[in-house]
Amino acid sequence: MFLSKNISIFIKKYHKNTFKKCIRFISGNVEEWKPTIGLEIHAQISTKSKLFSGAPTNFNNPINSCVSLFDCAIPGTMPVKYNKYFRKVLNKKCVEAGVLTALALSCEVNAVSMFERKHYFYSDLPAGFQITQQKKPLAINGKIKFNVFKTGVHKQPYSKSSKIKQIQLEQDSGKSLHNEGVGRSLIDLNRAGIPLMELVFEPDLTSGEEAAALVKELCFILQLLGTCSCKMEEGALRVDANVSISKPNAPLGIRTELKNISSLSAINHAIEYEIKRQISILQKGGEIINETRAWDPLSKKTVLMREKEEKHDYRFMPEPNLPPLHLYVNRNVQNTYDLIDIPALKEQLPELPEQIRQNLLKSLTPDTLAAITSDLEWYLLFCDILKNGNHREPQLVAKIFISEILSFINNQEYIEELIDLIQAKIINQPTFKKLLNELLNKPNKMPKQIVEENNWFIISNEKELEMICLEILKTNPNLVKQYKAGRKKVFKKFLHKTFLLTEQRADMAKTSKIMTRLLS
Amino acid sequence: MNKLLTASIKEVSQKINAGDVRSSDITNAAIKVTSIIKPLNAYITITNETAKKHAESSDSRQKDCSLLGKLDGIPIAIKDNYCTRNHPTTCASKMLSSFIPTYDATVYQNLKNVGAVLIGKTNLDEFAMGSGTIDSYYGPTKNLWNSDVFKKFYSCNSQAKEHIQQNTDAHSWHIAGGSSGGSAVAVATGSCYAAIGSDTGGSTRNPASYCGLVGLKPTYGLVSRYGLIPLVNSMDVPGILTRNIDDAVLILNNVAGPDGFDSTCFQKEYVPFDIPDTIDISNFRIGIPKEYKEKNLSPEVQECWDEVSQYLTEGGASLSTVSLPHTDYSIMCYTVLNRCDVASNLACYDGMEYGYRSDEWSSVHNLYRKTRSEGFGKIVKERILVGNYFLLEENYEEYYVKAMKIRRLISDDFNTVWNNNIDLLLTPTTLTGAPKYNDFISMDNQAQCSVQDYCTQSANMAGIPAVNVPIKLSKNGLPLSLQLMGPPLKEKELLTVAKWIEQRVQFPKIELKDLSLLE
Repeated sequence: MFLSKNISIFIKKYHKNTFKKCIRFISGNVEEWKPTIGLEIHAQISTKSKLFSGAPTNFNNPINSCVSLFDCAIPGTMPVKYNKYFRKVLNKKCVEAGVLTALALSCEVNAVSMFERKHYFYSDLPAGFQITQQKKPLAINGKIKFNVFKTGVHKQPYSKSSKIKQIQLEQDSGKSLHNEGVGRSLIDLNRAGIPLMELVFEPDLTSGEEAAALVKELCFILQLLGTCSCKMEEGALRVDANVSISKPNAPLGIRTELKNISSLSAINHAIEYEIKRQISILQKGGEIINETRAWDPLSKKTVLMREKEEKHDYRFMPEPNLPPLHLYVNRNVQNTYDLIDIPALKEQLPELPEQIRQNLLKSLTPDTLAAITSDLEWYLLFCDILKNGNHREPQLVAKIFISEILSFINNQEYIEELIDLIQAKIINQPTFKKLLNELLNKPNKMPKQIVEENNWFIISNEKELEMICLEILKTNPNLVKQYKAGRKKVFKKFLHKTFLLTEQRADMAKTSKIMTRLLS
Repeated sequence: MNKLLTASIKEVSQKINAGDVRSSDITNAAIKVTSIIKPLNAYITITNETAKKHAESSDSRQKDCSLLGKLDGIPIAIKDNYCTRNHPTTCASKMLSSFIPTYDATVYQNLKNVGAVLIGKTNLDEFAMGSGTIDSYYGPTKNLWNSDVFKKFYSCNSQAKEHIQQNTDAHSWHIAGGSSGGSAVAVATGSCYAAIGSDTGGSTRNPASYCGLVGLKPTYGLVSRYGLIPLVNSMDVPGILTRNIDDAVLILNNVAGPDGFDSTCFQKEYVPFDIPDTIDISNFRIGIPKEYKEKNLSPEVQECWDEVSQYLTEGGASLSTVSLPHTDYSIMCYTVLNRCDVASNLACYDGMEYGYRSDEWSSVHNLYRKTRSEGFGKIVKERILVGNYFLLEENYEEYYVKAMKIRRLISDDFNTVWNNNIDLLLTPTTLTGAPKYNDFISMDNQAQCSVQDYCTQSANMAGIPAVNVPIKLSKNGLPLSLQLMGPPLKEKELLTVAKWIEQRVQFPKIELKDLSLLE
């Protein structure tokens, strides 16, 4: 009790402070500053095994159970995969996933790309270097087009595009778990060596909203291709943002790097917070320091993670244990070495969001289109409804879907309260369904109020239930006789009658127990 | 039995096959030899339990008439920078003094698969960084030739007068060469029939030259490096040390070939070969590269070189002087590439997952610092520091890229020679016979390597096969050798001419003399 009181005081103080700060940030004249944002996105490639070893990649496996000798850098091991013919190949699936992604993002795929070693010491990097691509990556010069739209902020969605500098394949690192209490760090190497695609974007975004929209679109594409699960909460997609501000027409300002952004809304909030923080510093005559900052979702602030010690030199060198990665790009020559076939992969590309939108624009209004394509699941459901009945009008389907079905789902507070009621055993399952149906009528009341007004509380008092059960037995002597004669099936009838008598409010589990006892 | 220990593998194999001798008998004798040569410090670990087990299973295969080939039951040794499951693999470093791998290097696995018996793990310079086997955490390896052990236990069929040495100084013994010095001494002493070394700049051929052995460096990519703890990844090659060419061919036939665990291996199936006893060399065109007449070349080695050239001409081969103009740059170029790979490859030794860990808990970086300061020897640390310097962004073009370009020129030198209808090159392997420890340590490691690796290094740059062939004894009673180099994958041609030379020069054979010793 004492503890929780303290915490609540602390939280109040905390909020007061951030509130004050926010006010101060906003009071500056934001208009005269131009924010510039560039993203670096690490996407784990959906494959069963790691990039250079046969260890599995399942997120839920026990700690350090998916670690091959190579993954923990045992001396003498080499990065390699071999297929069933015992011919060594790089994890083909990973390369194909990278290529598909690159093609979907209009990149030029390099016929030859190289792997390099990037050196730094960290406890979750057993080799002391990461195998990555830098000078000659898998693909370069792509772009992503997406719509930016926020209800209440923008009247109309607007189209934006961001350039992709390069897409490279690389190994993920392990994870360090710091236990402050005992002053020990623990290392989990399950993630070490999981294939990543790093997508490096040019700094051509101007707001957190745009960054969030870009990532949303990217997730849509990657999930459509099946190349990444995009589960940000599992770290399958990790976004780093480089943020700087400058006066219009002036060179870019000093940037800070934001890390630890683990949801779509956090992208927006972290960047917006950082823009305001930087503006406020500059307006006070201060100076932006090139540093790495982490987004703290609890305090909704960016906090200093590490100052850039001078410049970190990663001492890149070619990975000497891997030959260059050759891909088949030119159909005019023969694919003698059975290389990964780029033209064939290009033909396999599904219809991409850009085309999808172009096509749908013929039958949908822009805002309906934006809403229905803002989530892959919704979009696929929408497509299914149309596919199962091609007489259905797309605009009508989309409209019903968005205004009725989604608004139903989006009534989060109502659903939350409903869940709490059933979990606390205040209502039973039938009442839960009734209340869910109520939601369709767009009630202006919350579930709890409806329950109170209608007396829909569950009946779980055993004495009360016993009385009701006795009443049922008394009024149905024939059924009791049949039951005692061995017709056990009639038991269900007793329960049903109880259910009806209590206006569906009885706790049926308890009723069943009481009834069994009374009948024996 | 004593004679059998220094016989050829073919001879012993026939005896095992016929049931004249059991692998166990040979193995026990070999283990006894390891104890009489203990003062030479050839082995870091004697794997006698494993050896006995291997030998016993070979014995029973013999009884079942199911021997796995000519290497079944034959004692071998492996340099201690190859991973061997359940046996310590130290790289002669404190850093790995407690490291016991859970897997076998492909080379060892292949030998095990055909029934070879592992006698032990041999000494080397720490992480194979050296050319003397003097910088080992376990102490230096001494050459058998001119040693007290030799005088006590061995005899030599050479007519050369017994060289009497006044061994007054404790440090006046001869080095074995390196970095595979332990493997070389293990084979020379008859404690095994063949040993696996590694060759990055000459580390197999150099000790072979000083110890009077055949030392083969195969083409890069012909033999898997999986399980070989790397020095310079693009130059490391498993090397083979034997007492004659036929034995080297036999080992090569059993270790070469594609390996799914090494992406830099050739994928093409390896075709085993034999070399006939009657050889015609009249079709061979052999080049003598003028750049190898280095100013420090000893007159005796020069004499050897001239003599063998003369023999080859007499045998019908055509000899001509050729040029490899970039030879001089090889050592400097190698120095840069070596340091860079060392800095990178040794970054994994942080005491986290395996190996030595310092008792330091203040922070991760302090733990790293202390572990690496205490775990590595002086030379290793120097090379790591220099390598990291070369790899700094501001230095990368100036050093690494430039060295890579020179490497290409060196490799092109060889291609030009091959394109001019030269089949093989004949050169010295080392500039002298085995130096004395005293003289050797008067130079620093860098200087030692640049003298020692002068003739051997270029072959690693170009990835071509090369072999050391012992020729004769010097006036001081030390082996003098020459090197043959050939185009990529021309091991057969290379070893054919090597065998012809071997037959022609009849390098002295040594035998264990004290008959009662091994009974």
